[in-house]
Amino acid sequence: MVLQPVDPALVEFDVLTDEMLVNMGPQHPSTHGVLRLVLRTDGEIVSEVRPHVGYLHRCAEKIGENVSPRQWIPYTDRMDYLAGMNMNLGWALTVEKLLGQDVSEKASTIRVLMAELGRIASHLVAAGTYGLDLGSFTPFMYCFREREKILDLYEWVCGARLTYSYITVGGVMADLPPGWLEKCEQFLDEFEPVIAELHAVLTNNAIFIRRCAGIGVLTAAMALDYGCTGPVLRASAVDWDLRRDGESRYTDLYKDYQYDVIAPTAEGRYPHGENYPPVPAEAVVGDSWHRFFVRMLEVVQSMRILRQAIARYRLLSGPVGEPVKLLQKLPVGEAYLETEAPKGQMGFMVIGNGTAIPWRARARSSCYCHLSVLPELCRGSMVADVPAVVGSLDIVLGEVDR
Amino acid sequence: MAEYLASYFDSQWHWVAYALVGLVQAGLLLALILTGAAVFIWMERKIAGRIQDRLGPSRVGGRFGWLQSLADGIKLIAKEDIVPAAADGLLFRIAPYISFMAAFSVFLAIPLADGWVALRMNVAVFFILAVAGLEVLGVVLAGYASGSKWSLFGAMREAAQVVSYEVPLGLCVVVPVMVVGSMDLVEIGRAQSGWFWQWLIFHDPFTFITFWVFFTCALASVNRLPFDMPEAESELVAGFMTEYSGFRWSVFFMAEYTSMFAVSCLAAILFFGGWNGPIPLATMIGLTPDNGALTEWLGNLLGMMNLIAKGFFGVTVMIWTRWSLPRLRIDQVLTTCLKYCIPLAAAMFLGAMLWLYAFPGGVVSRFVQTSPVGGTPTPVAVVDGKGGV
Repeated sequence: MVLQPVDPALVEFDVLTDEMLVNMGPQHPSTHGVLRLVLRTDGEIVSEVRPHVGYLHRCAEKIGENVSPRQWIPYTDRMDYLAGMNMNLGWALTVEKLLGQDVSEKASTIRVLMAELGRIASHLVAAGTYGLDLGSFTPFMYCFREREKILDLYEWVCGARLTYSYITVGGVMADLPPGWLEKCEQFLDEFEPVIAELHAVLTNNAIFIRRCAGIGVLTAAMALDYGCTGPVLRASAVDWDLRRDGESRYTDLYKDYQYDVIAPTAEGRYPHGENYPPVPAEAVVGDSWHRFFVRMLEVVQSMRILRQAIARYRLLSGPVGEPVKLLQKLPVGEAYLETEAPKGQMGFMVIGNGTAIPWRARARSSCYCHLSVLPELCRGSMVADVPAVVGSLDIVLGEVDR
Repeated sequence: MAEYLASYFDSQWHWVAYALVGLVQAGLLLALILTGAAVFIWMERKIAGRIQDRLGPSRVGGRFGWLQSLADGIKLIAKEDIVPAAADGLLFRIAPYISFMAAFSVFLAIPLADGWVALRMNVAVFFILAVAGLEVLGVVLAGYASGSKWSLFGAMREAAQVVSYEVPLGLCVVVPVMVVGSMDLVEIGRAQSGWFWQWLIFHDPFTFITFWVFFTCALASVNRLPFDMPEAESELVAGFMTEYSGFRWSVFFMAEYTSMFAVSCLAAILFFGGWNGPIPLATMIGLTPDNGALTEWLGNLLGMMNLIAKGFFGVTVMIWTRWSLPRLRIDQVLTTCLKYCIPLAAAMFLGAMLWLYAFPGGVVSRFVQTSPVGGTPTPVAVVDGKGGV
């Protein structure tokens, strides 16, 4: 074998050099889809992270300018595909705002039921895959087992397990099937003890705390600067939840329900903290552990809302109401509305021009903002911390790329 | 046996006899290990399934899926053997075999029962530590030769981790060696014959703690969760195994399970009485060498089953740990080693030494009057390296 001298300039990133550029993704087990992160690493230390998005771009917004709002509902399903109901709700409310239309109380209650179930399902995926990112496979299976029950409930309602198109402009597609509420209550009863189980295998696990407490600290000012929303913002001690602080068209849905907005104080204390597992001493407000914990506590609040919504639905009688026509003409004008989706604030924009097809349909994704803060959070961390931070931001690429 | 066979050959052909015996013994060990690995893989999947509230394999080979490993093996052998263009072909190809060879060679020195050892050495403990450490060479070669950045990360982590954990592992192993006064694993096993309180883990509080340190370090040195840095799948894709596929990948896989079994067996011999059961059943029913060759053989068979059962238990605990815990970060892994395991192991070493000085005969034998059923431990003898099965 003859050793061929190689021009060092041609070897782009040789083993001998100090820095190494590594592609994490688009095919990587822990980038939650097709995210590509380019890491500049110095040994195990990451000096720079650059996210590259667009691998899941499907021109959803352009399609929205060629179909009527009700026809676009299935496309919203595929944005945050882990919480399709919440996406449906956001778009439906936006178009209703443009149309100036109100929906029946029964439909509103069903919407709350669906949205909160979606929140639980989405947070379960977030918690489970976060465990997976940190190398713990078992909680993932526990979370997905519970999520399956929610998907069963959804399937019973609308026939689909992932892409529902159930909540639609002007109401919902159909009333709840008989026996559904009992099944939902049964799910809540079964799910309650599982939360303690998840706290045991993840939240309070010593290794879990070591892996995510103090990692990826996002200060409140930085979170606001980057436009972070949802659990990511609340974990940085900003008490802000659109279900309470949003536009009346959205907050009216929730105004009669009792629930807490989960956000730690600047000292890291939670409302009614005595009911929950203790906050470890290592955790810093705004770190990955708090982001995870906020989601876990929000699940409990969603269950509270669900129980109230079930009780309320039982008192309601009469029809659920018909959705608007498939090719309902839109008035001239524009409407923008943000809702509190599980992963953050999901905004939809619609501009009508007097025809059934909107002039513009746009979506504002929270995950996109969360992704933009990633380079800040990961600078100077270790390679193993990158999945820990990405997982705690809980991004879904379908929503980022649309 | 080799001498017996050699007597049939002329003196210049004696090496044939030795080679034949060596081959037979290696074949027997390989059969044990490969069957063991297949069973462990099946067990891991089944236990993981149960822990995760699912069934695990349940189709291949009847209700319990016990042929799953065989089906996997056939699939892996039938797969294309891919060598990446950027790989260093020779090193890439031999790396899995180096790993497996190191894991396999450990079994040469492990006595499966009293005297049932492929190669009896008076420095067996030392040999095992030295050879087991070679496994890292295969992994580093694999990581370097793969031509992939993820593999390189995995290899560097493996090098850092295994080299660090060799130190406390060695310190822990020294404690039972010191208590017994021999590095010969057969002697260490014999010293623990009798009831279970003769086991070295119950010898004194220091050996008790030493075992836990040993087990932690053993977990780390065989790269099992929470210490599976080199192949951390959520960070490094598959670490040093990223570019491997098919048969070579399965060789790495078998090496992992083989070394798991090896350290479990080593722990069983050093701390849990080796082939001696908790109750000296074989002695009670007369399966001792005093009653003839057949009873000796039967007693040894029982002892071997004992040791294998203990090894299986160790592997089960490792599997259980893996499916329960998240993974540490590489710096935390090294911190655990350097800041906790090494000082603890050193302190235990010192403590055990003082204990031996204070209670020369052991505490239990001083206060509890037991007639040692298995006979008193034979005095340490200098053993030549020619023993055999």
